[in-house]
Amino acid sequence: MTIRSVHLTRREARVRAGESAATNQRPARHGWKKKTTWIWLFLLPTVVLYGIYTIYPIIASYWYSLVEWNGFDENQTFVGISNYREVFADPLFWNSFKVTLLFMVFVVPARVLLSLLMAMVLNSPKLPLIGVLRSAFFIPVVTTTAIIGVVMRFILDPASGPINSILLRLGSGGIDFLGDPHWALPTAAVLYVWKFFGVTMIYWLAALQTIPYELNEAARIDGAGTGKIFRYITVPMLKPFLIIITVLTIEETFHNFDLMYTLTGGGPYFHTEIIEIYIYRWAFAAAIPQLGHASAAAVVFGLLVAVVGAIQLWAVYATRRRGAGR
Amino acid sequence: MTAQLTAPAGAQTDRQRRVLRRLPWWIATVFLIGAALIWIFPFLWMLSASLKNNMEMFSGGLRLWPKEFVWDNYARAWNDAHFGRYLINTIVVTVITVVIVTIRCATAGYVLARYRFRGSRLFLGVLIATLFVPTGYTIIPVVKISMQLHLIDSLGGLILALSGGAYVSAILIYYGYFRQIPRELEEAAVVDGAGFARTFFSVMLPLAMPVTATVAVLTFIATWNAFFLPLVFTFSRPNLRTVSVGMQAFVGETATDWAGMAAAGVISIVPVVVLFIFLQRYFVEGISGAVKS
Repeated sequence: MTIRSVHLTRREARVRAGESAATNQRPARHGWKKKTTWIWLFLLPTVVLYGIYTIYPIIASYWYSLVEWNGFDENQTFVGISNYREVFADPLFWNSFKVTLLFMVFVVPARVLLSLLMAMVLNSPKLPLIGVLRSAFFIPVVTTTAIIGVVMRFILDPASGPINSILLRLGSGGIDFLGDPHWALPTAAVLYVWKFFGVTMIYWLAALQTIPYELNEAARIDGAGTGKIFRYITVPMLKPFLIIITVLTIEETFHNFDLMYTLTGGGPYFHTEIIEIYIYRWAFAAAIPQLGHASAAAVVFGLLVAVVGAIQLWAVYATRRRGAGR
Repeated sequence: MTAQLTAPAGAQTDRQRRVLRRLPWWIATVFLIGAALIWIFPFLWMLSASLKNNMEMFSGGLRLWPKEFVWDNYARAWNDAHFGRYLINTIVVTVITVVIVTIRCATAGYVLARYRFRGSRLFLGVLIATLFVPTGYTIIPVVKISMQLHLIDSLGGLILALSGGAYVSAILIYYGYFRQIPRELEEAAVVDGAGFARTFFSVMLPLAMPVTATVAVLTFIATWNAFFLPLVFTFSRPNLRTVSVGMQAFVGETATDWAGMAAAGVISIVPVVVLFIFLQRYFVEGISGAVKS
């Protein structure tokens, strides 16, 4: 069978998507027993790897959070919920909880709204060099976060960094961006927005491409200005995407260990200690690791992420429904 | 000929009008190029710093062009700071992880999309439920079980741990793609005498080439840039570090050699950036798929 004919069939299939969907979902009957073996053989790598390294850890965290254990000896003492009691009584845990949420509050609106503006600019087909520009704003996304963290530490260094040497030359005082408790979290947030701005921008570009270009053209011919087009076409069409993109962005801000650890390590005085660093500190950085304590914090963190994830599924489901109703 | 001779006056104004109409777009582009240069400034600065000597780095401010080119920084990063070794580790870990992840996600996505069997709905449900599990949540049991299996402090163990990540979106991309391929194709293959595995590997998988490219590129970048797992897996074995962990250690060990550090950063970042420039289509498709589906 030539590649060409395969493509033809696929295109046909897309045209007839409606009717063929029904036949697609019916399981094939012939040779069922042997097929089951194959099916499980095909699932085996995922079952083993994902089972050991994702599913088991999720369950094991709950058990670990109920024991007293330093990670070195074999003996784990069951202590019930006392780890949770400790974690909840630890002001530094609530501090990390607060830092994580505060970081989210800084970062999510900036990422979602600024990248929407940029995506609208870079979505215009009349703009020259559009591919180059999109790539330039996207480049920070593909680079190694841990290395960005280290490089930024130097660029922002109060004594020898280039930014501060310019501030000094301009006559203003230097700023200890990462060492000053007031500046550290906002600075980290700005760097984070810069680093992952491109992802949200691509989300928005994908969303904008669902608006047919002819719609804008027709509105323009009818005499609508840019403002009106934005108000009456772009905004309503983008509404369902706003929810999806916001929640995706929120979820992404929970994965922030790399940048925070390499940038500030949680300092100064825990002002940038997000929950992941809190867990890391108790589990790996302490002289005597307390895995029970760290696991209890991890379980609470997991629940926080799960709650946001549940809201996401619900939101996507709700918008789909409304979309289908129209 | 005559037409061309008589045309100029009208054509000129026409072209002028066209240029004028395009002018605002060109002005916008100039602004955007300026913004883009500021945007990627940290990379330009790192590149230039990697060629300066340490003295100039501290005094040079934001100036990009080095007074003299110090290639020795790269030699120091490559040999003394072991970035040659870290680069090889990173390449080995990344390539093997990409192969494992792509195969396991393709096969899983395929059977989930094409067959309904006992547990298939549960399987999908569990996958979707773990879509966003952060590494910080699973890290402790991952390390513990790797210790029990004697896989800690080894590249093999790190590769398995990285391959065992959720990668739910990769499976779902394959799932969505295989689902919309018409069943007649498989039936034709079966009529031609192909078995289950052959149908998959010589008909379905080649069809899914664009998806495979997307998944491979996304996995490549995620693995190359991974930090938390490689950090924890190489605590006691510095020679197994990947570039991102090596960079962190470099700063701790030689706090003064910033030029060498910049060179190390360039060594670590250039491969992904080059890969991205060549394969950006697949990268963008994969990311935008997250919103559309």
